[in-house]
Amino acid sequence: MVLVARHAGPLAETAASIRAAGGDAHAIAADVADLDAAAAIAGQAAALVGPLDILINNASTLGPQPLRLLLDTDCEDLSRALAVNLVGPFRLTKAVAGSMVLRGAGTVVNVSSDAAVEAYPRWGAYGASKAALDHLGRIWAAELEGTGVRVLTVDPGEMDTRMHADAVPDADRTLLADPARVAARIVALLASGAPASGARVAAAALPEVA
Amino acid sequence: MRPARTYPDRRDGVRLLVIDPRGAAGDDASDVSEARDDARLHDTTVAALPRLLRAGDLLVVNDAATLPASLPGHDAAGHPIEARLLGPPEGALFPAVLLGAGDWRQRTEDRPPPPALAAGAPLAFGDLGAVIVDVGPLSPRQVRLRFDRAGDALWSALYRQGRPVQYSHLAHPLPLWAVQTVFAARPFAVEMPSAGRPLSWEILLALRRRGVRWAALTHAAGLSATGDGAIDAALPLPERYDIPLATVAAVSETRRRGGRVVAVGTTVVRALEGAAAAHGGVLCAGAGVTALRIGPGHRPLIVDGVLSGTHDLPSSHAALLAAFTGPALLGRAVSRAEALAYTTHELGDAMLVLPGAQVAWINSIFCGDSQDAVNYQHVADALSQTAAAAVHPCPGAGRAQLGGAHV
Repeated sequence: MVLVARHAGPLAETAASIRAAGGDAHAIAADVADLDAAAAIAGQAAALVGPLDILINNASTLGPQPLRLLLDTDCEDLSRALAVNLVGPFRLTKAVAGSMVLRGAGTVVNVSSDAAVEAYPRWGAYGASKAALDHLGRIWAAELEGTGVRVLTVDPGEMDTRMHADAVPDADRTLLADPARVAARIVALLASGAPASGARVAAAALPEVA
Repeated sequence: MRPARTYPDRRDGVRLLVIDPRGAAGDDASDVSEARDDARLHDTTVAALPRLLRAGDLLVVNDAATLPASLPGHDAAGHPIEARLLGPPEGALFPAVLLGAGDWRQRTEDRPPPPALAAGAPLAFGDLGAVIVDVGPLSPRQVRLRFDRAGDALWSALYRQGRPVQYSHLAHPLPLWAVQTVFAARPFAVEMPSAGRPLSWEILLALRRRGVRWAALTHAAGLSATGDGAIDAALPLPERYDIPLATVAAVSETRRRGGRVVAVGTTVVRALEGAAAAHGGVLCAGAGVTALRIGPGHRPLIVDGVLSGTHDLPSSHAALLAAFTGPALLGRAVSRAEALAYTTHELGDAMLVLPGAQVAWINSIFCGDSQDAVNYQHVADALSQTAAAAVHPCPGAGRAQLGGAHV
């Protein structure tokens, strides 16, 4: 397992905690929005663990905070949200999925949001970027049909994360899902081999993992 | 040929000179004239590949990603040096060659030599430290380096400090993404396996729809030049490769059924022919090192055709192609490529040596492209089903081979 995030410190701590629990985890500090990051991330990851079986595009940004109306959103903020949430996953998928197609197996998971589907006021930059990511996922799946490579979209639901706190500071945390439990459901989903490529899955609809 | 100075507009838009060493049926075998050789050359583009291969053929590519193998740095006295990795790491040690001051605008052979450095000398590449562990037999500039960190921290530092090997004939430096093929996996090559660069997924998927199969191996494509006379005279140095069992199965099945094995690049030829030569002519799966030098007179055991970049004469790459064409036909091909203003080097045009290509070429012109895709898929499906059943363990050393190759 190779973890990618911008901040080396917390990333190394997370990798160390996975190793302490018996897992095999590596860390690459990088920003998926960087133009040159994808080839370097793909190269380092394959050097550390060999050809990749699964790519999870999980990194994302809310855009400007506090969340604001589109009329108050700077063009640069929309560009930044698209760079992180849409173009970054596109570049990484492009850098990794080719070798998956050649081997005839692999899975790409795009982590999305219900903001990709519902038009929530003040979620313009984030929602538009995630809606575009969803559609890109469907087109990836259509183009890769028959190659053995699946592209899935997962809506994790509202989770008790720092990003959610940034977006909705006064949320009732008792109503938010534990990200670890959501992650366990996604792992179980991938292990099951279902669903078909191109599907969009809501984590809340997946069975709870003990 | 003049070097290509930048990327083509489209990866698969580069020109392709097709060389058919056998010629069309009815070709007079006793005719060894230049006119006959000229009739065996066809000028097209790489986008025509799906029409030139046929159902049952196998395309074998090198899936090595290209390392940021050029590390600019300093010795302990502050003299600028560049370390160019010679291959992937051997355990904790990185084989490398040292160059003196300069940058990508200078030809490698014009770069001053590095200061004389012995085993034990420390080097610094930005914040990444290294020490020369030992010095190679060819030249004091051929070294093995041990870096001051390992694992995640080392790979992060290599990708932060390193850049791809650069070329003075280009109009601009090359970023890392520009030296990757569309199927790059493990970073194993120190220069781009450039024969695979023109292959787009548009072409690869079109080939598969026609019933052409693909397979991959990983070969540590080495440096094209170091600027050190002794090392350059010995190129290509022994290079590492790794051939998956599935590729051995696909090769054997293809040959058994009369399909052609088409290697993408001289690195793939070296890996397949080297691996077979190392096991008495039987292609075995697994990792190895090959020092095989292939030239005119070498009789290929595994490979029928080669997709390659264009190569001037004389060169080790051209000598390898001559093993498939004979020297006379290759000479005519290089002359034709020059006359047609083909470009060369890593971003340049391409050549395909393929027995029987002339028939496909004529068919594609006179009969259109009306082959039955359903039949091709049928053949491909049958091939993949039988290939899985034919694999048996190889005797000894944890290797594996195809029983079918012996039966």
